[in-house]
Amino acid sequence: MLYFLGRRIISALSVVFVTLVATFALFFVAPTDPAGAICGARNCPPDRLAEIRAGLGLDEPKVKQFTSYLEGLVAGRTYVNGGVERDCAAPCLGYSFKNDRPVLDMLKERLPVTISLVAGAAVIMLTVGVTIGSMAAKRRGTAGDRALVTSTLIVSSIPYYIVALMISLYLTIFYPILPRGQWTSPFDSPGKWIAGFVTPWLVLGLVNTTQYVRYSRGSMVESLSEDYIRTARAKGLSDRVVTYKHALRTALIPVITIFGLDVAGMLAGAIFTERIFDLPGLGQLVLQSLVNYDLPVIMGTVLISSIFLVAANLVVDIVYSLIDPRVRLS
Amino acid sequence: MSDTVRPIDQAPSNAETLLQIRDLKMHFPIKEAAGLARTKKVVQAVDGVSFDLKAGASLGLVGESGCGKSTTGRMITRLLTPTSGQILFKGTDIARLKEKDLRPFRRQLQIVFQDPYSSLNPRQTVSNIISTPLRVHNLVKKGKELARVQELLERVGLNPEHHNRYPNEFSGGQRQRIGIARALAVEPEVIIADEPVSALDVSIQAQVMNLLEDLRRDLGIAFVFIAHDLGVVRHFCDTVAVMYLGKIVEQGPREQIYGAPQHPYTQALLSAAPDLGTIRGIPPKERIRLVGDVPSPIDPPSGCRFRTRCWKAEDICATQEPLLEGKPQSTPGHAAACHFAEPKLDLTAATA
Amino acid sequence: MTEPTPDDRKDAMSETAAEQPAEAKRGPEVATRERRQGALSPSGETPYLVVEDLTVKFPTADGVVSAVNGLSYSVPLGRTLAIVGESGSGKSVSSMAVMGLHDPRRSKITGSIRLGGDELVGMPEADLMKVRGDAVSMVFQDPQSSLHPLYTVGKQIAEAYLVHHKVSKEVAKKRTLEMLDLVGIPNPARRFNQYPHEFSGGMRQRAMIAMGLVNDPKLVIADEPTTALDVTVQAQILDLLNNLQKEFGSAIVLITHDLGVVAEMADDVLVMYAGRCVEYGTAEDVLANPRMPYTWGLLESIPTVSAANERLRPIKGLPPSLLNLPSGCSFNPRCPYKDRVKGERCTTDLPELLPVDGAGLHTSRCHLPDKASIYETEVLPRLG
Ligand SMILES: Nc1ncnc2c1ncn2[C@@H]1O[C@H](COP(=O)(O)OP(=O)(O)OP(=O)(O)O)[C@@H](O)[C@H]1O
Ligand SMILES: Nc1ncnc2c1ncn2[C@@H]1O[C@H](COP(=O)(O)OP(=O)(O)OP(=O)(O)O)[C@@H](O)[C@H]1O
Ligand code: SF4
Ligand code: SF4
Ligand SMILES: [Mg+2]
Ligand SMILES: [Mg+2]
Repeated sequence: MLYFLGRRIISALSVVFVTLVATFALFFVAPTDPAGAICGARNCPPDRLAEIRAGLGLDEPKVKQFTSYLEGLVAGRTYVNGGVERDCAAPCLGYSFKNDRPVLDMLKERLPVTISLVAGAAVIMLTVGVTIGSMAAKRRGTAGDRALVTSTLIVSSIPYYIVALMISLYLTIFYPILPRGQWTSPFDSPGKWIAGFVTPWLVLGLVNTTQYVRYSRGSMVESLSEDYIRTARAKGLSDRVVTYKHALRTALIPVITIFGLDVAGMLAGAIFTERIFDLPGLGQLVLQSLVNYDLPVIMGTVLISSIFLVAANLVVDIVYSLIDPRVRLS
Repeated sequence: MSDTVRPIDQAPSNAETLLQIRDLKMHFPIKEAAGLARTKKVVQAVDGVSFDLKAGASLGLVGESGCGKSTTGRMITRLLTPTSGQILFKGTDIARLKEKDLRPFRRQLQIVFQDPYSSLNPRQTVSNIISTPLRVHNLVKKGKELARVQELLERVGLNPEHHNRYPNEFSGGQRQRIGIARALAVEPEVIIADEPVSALDVSIQAQVMNLLEDLRRDLGIAFVFIAHDLGVVRHFCDTVAVMYLGKIVEQGPREQIYGAPQHPYTQALLSAAPDLGTIRGIPPKERIRLVGDVPSPIDPPSGCRFRTRCWKAEDICATQEPLLEGKPQSTPGHAAACHFAEPKLDLTAATA
Repeated sequence: MTEPTPDDRKDAMSETAAEQPAEAKRGPEVATRERRQGALSPSGETPYLVVEDLTVKFPTADGVVSAVNGLSYSVPLGRTLAIVGESGSGKSVSSMAVMGLHDPRRSKITGSIRLGGDELVGMPEADLMKVRGDAVSMVFQDPQSSLHPLYTVGKQIAEAYLVHHKVSKEVAKKRTLEMLDLVGIPNPARRFNQYPHEFSGGMRQRAMIAMGLVNDPKLVIADEPTTALDVTVQAQILDLLNNLQKEFGSAIVLITHDLGVVAEMADDVLVMYAGRCVEYGTAEDVLANPRMPYTWGLLESIPTVSAANERLRPIKGLPPSLLNLPSGCSFNPRCPYKDRVKGERCTTDLPELLPVDGAGLHTSRCHLPDKASIYETEVLPRLG
C-alpha cells in the first residue's frame, strides 16, 4: 500500500509538471501580448510597453521564466516591481498581470464557491442517477424503462448551456419559482448558502443525472444477469436485497470511475453553470484570465485542475480496492 | 451414420520427424506488491517439456487445468516466445526466430483453439476469416480465393454456399469446423489442436473428431492434440504425454499409458474418469481419489511436483526430482518421472 | 440409500398421491397413465418432487421459444434423478422452473410442480422465497461465476442460512463453519473470511455445495456441478454429493451431459431432447437397455476402448431450433431409424411416452416397433 501510494504520487506529480510545461508553452506559442492588454490603449507607447513587460518579468528568457515559476512554487520568490519588493511565500503562484493580486488568494477565494456547487450537484447526480438507473434496470424492457431511456437521451442531446440558460431565464427570472444563484459563505449563513445554490445544484446535478441514469442502468442490467445474482435469488433472498445489495455493489464499480473523473472535471471549473448563475467560482476565473492573457492566473487554474484530476484518479483507485477484493493496489 | 469402419492408419514408424521439442520452458514473470518493495516472481507454466512428433503422427497432451498444455501449444506455434529450450521444426530451431524469419514456419504450424465462440472474429464473414491466411501467405491468385474457400468449407463438412455468413449464424460444432478450415487453408504439416472438442456436446464432438481423423489420414497432417478428456485422446492419439504442473510426468504409446500406467498421477487421472461400464455389468475399476488441489506453479513443491498429493511419496520425493525415463520393465518409448514407478493394470474403464 | 419401509411408503403415498391402488393391483394401463402424469418415479417409490406436464415458453423477438414441452418426472427422497441431454435441450430451464427462478414477465410456465404436496406453479413470490434455498436448493455449474466476487465465501453461506432462520450472526457463522468442514474445506475458520477468487475451482464448488446444503434441503438440484472441473476434482465432488445424500437422505436432481457421471451417480435417468422427455427409467434401464434412437446415438458417440481405432459414430445433424420444432418426433431429422417406421408417422405424429415393454416404469418416446431387438442386435455390438 505504501509502495503503491509512493509510486502513484510520483507519477501524479509528473503529470502535473507536464501539464504546466504544456500550458506555459501553449501560452507563448499563441500570439499573446499580456502587456498590450494591460496597457489597454491602442497606441501604447513602446517604452510604456517595455516597462510593463519588465515589470511582469516577460522580458526574461522563456525558460528562465518557467524555472522561476517553479522555484516560486516550491520555495517562494521575491518580486521586484518599480522598486517595490514583495515576498511571495511558497507555494507562490505569482501575481495576476491584470490586477496585481496574489494568484493564490484569488484561487482561495474562488475555490469554496466551486466546491459548494460541485458537491451539491455530485450528490444529486450520484444518488438520483443510480437510484433511477437501478430501478430502470430492474424493470428493463417495460414501457416505463424505455420512456426513461429515451428521455435521458433527449436531455443529454441538448447542449448543457441551453438547458441551464433556459431554466435560469424562465424559472428564476420570468417566473421566479426558484431562487437566483448567489454566493454566501456557509459559515456566514447556511440558509442563504443553500438558497443561493439550490437552482445551480438542481440544474447541474439533474442534467448530469441523465448520464448517470444511463451508466448505472447499463451497469445494473449487466450485473443483474450475472450468475451470482441467480445464486442469490436461489438462496431465497428477496428481490430488494438481491437488487440493491448483491447487484448494485458490482454495478457501482464502473459508475464510480466515471463519477470520480466527472467530479474532478467539474471542480476545475463548472464554467457554464458559474457564468449563468453568476457564481464567482473557478470557472469564471478561468474565463477572465483567458480573456486577459493573465498567465499567472491561467497557470494557477491549470495547476489546480490537474491536481484535482490526478487526485480523483488516485481516490477512485483506492475506493476500487475497497469495494473489490480482487483489485490489489500494486 | 456411416457403417464402414475403417481403422486409422498408424503413423509409419520410419516417417520423418517433424518436430523435436527439447526442454521447453515458459516462465511468466509476475509482479506482486509486498510492503514498500515489489517482488518479482515467475509462474513456471511450462518447465522442461520434451517430445518428438513424426509426420502424420498424433501426440496427445493431457493433464489438469493449468498444467501448461495450452502454453506448450502456444510456444510451438510461436504465439509465445519460450523462456528457454528448443523447438526444432525439420531441424531448424524456431524457438527464438524473429518474426520475419518465422513466417515460412508459421504456415507449417497451425493452431485450432478450444473456444469456438471467441476464437472467430464475429464481424468477419466466414470467407474473410478463411481467406485472410491465404492472402497473408500469398497462397492463392487473385480471383481464385472464393473457390479455395469453398473447397475448404466442403472439406470440413460445411455448406460451401454459406461462405458469406457470419460466425454467429453457426452452431458451436460448425464454428469449430470454420476454425479448422482456417488452419487448413495454409496447408500446414502440423496442427496444434488445443481442446478442439471440449466445448462441444458429445454427439457433435464425435462429428468433429471424425473430421480431424479424416484430415490426418487423407492429408497426412501431424497433430499435437491437447485435451483433458482421456477418452477422446485415447481415440485419436498414438502417443500420449501426461502433464502435471508444467512437466511431463509420463509419456508413451497409447496402449501403455492406458493399459499399464506407471506414474501415480496417470493412474489417479485414469481412475477418476467416470465410468459407464459398471452399469453394463463390467466390474468397477479401482478408485484412486486424490486429495487436495494442484499446487501453485509460482511456488511448486521441491523434488517431485506431485508429491503433495501422492500416496506413494517418500522422503526422497521431496529432495530429488525424478527424471522422465524408461524403467527396466517398460516397453520402448514409455517413460515415467517417478522414483517408484510401477505399472498398474485395469484402471481403464470400457469407456472413459 | 434409505429404502422406505412398506408402511412409510403407504403413509407418504396417501399424502402426496392420494387414492393410489397398491402397485401390485394396478393394471398396466393405470400404471401407464399415472406414470405419464409423473406420479411415480421409475423405482415405484413415492416421490417428494413431482413435475407434471411442465411447459416453459419464452416469448422473444424472433418468436416463442418452447424450451420445455410437457415434461413430467418425479424424485423420491434419497434418490438421485439424472437429467441428460444435449446443450439447449431444456435441462437448466426446467430445473430453474422448479426453483421458481424464471422471470414471470419473460416466461410462460404451465403444468404442475409439487414439492411434498405443495404446488409451486402459480405460488406467490413471497411464499416461493420461503421455499427457495430452504426445502429446495440449487448448485450451479460454474462456481467461479456463481459466487459473488465481492463478498467473502463465509458471508455468502451464512446469508443463505440467515434468510431462513431467525438466529444471530454468530449462530449462522457457527453453522457455516460446520458446513465448510462437512464439505471438506480444510481450515474453515480462515476460509470463512476469504473471497471466492482466493479459492480453487474445486473448493469453490465445495463452497457452493455447502451453501446449497446449509438449510438441510429435502431436494437439491445440481446443474452440471462438475462440468467446469477437472476429472480428479470431479471425482471428489461426486463422492461428496453421494456421501451427503447418504447422510441426509435428500432427493437429488443431477443435470449433466456426461453419461459416465450418470452411470456413477444416478438411480433414475431422464433423457431430454428438444425440451421433451424422450426416455425415462432407472439408470440400468436407460443406460444398459435403452429403447430410443437418441439415447442410442448418445451412447454410440462416446469413444470406447475396444473401438479405439474405429471412426466415432456421431448423431448426424444438429438439434432443432426451439422456435420451430419439427412436426412429429422432434428427433426425426437426425434419426437413422425413421425409415423403419411404417408410413410417415415419425414426421407426422408425436410419439407418446409409453412403457417400453407394454407396462412397467421404463418409458420411451418412439414409434419403432421392435426397439428391444434393434438394440440387442444392432446397437449393442457397436457399443463395444
Ligand atoms: N500470460 C500469462 N501470465 C502469467 N501466467 C500465465 C499466463 N498464461 C498462462 N499462465 C499460467 O500458466 C499456467 C498454465 O496455463 P495453461 O493455459 O497453459 O494451462 P492449460 O494446461 O492449458 O489449462 P486449461 O486446461 O485450463 O486450458 C497456469 O497456471 C496459468 O495461470
Ligand atoms: N430467458 C430465455 N429466453 C429465451 N430463450 C431461452 C431463455 N432461457 C433459455 N432459453 C433457451 O432455452 C433452451 C434450453 O436452455 P437450457 O439452458 O435449459 O439448456 P440446457 O439443456 O441446460 O443446456 P446446457 O447443457 O447448454 O446447459 C435454449 O435453447 C436456450 O437458448
Ligand atoms: S516421485 Fe514420489 S511423489 Fe512423485 S509420483 Fe513418484 S512416488 Fe509420488
Ligand atoms: S419416433 Fe421415429 S424419428 Fe423418432 S426416434 Fe423413433 S424412429 Fe426415430
Ligand atoms: Mg488450455
Ligand atoms: Mg444448462
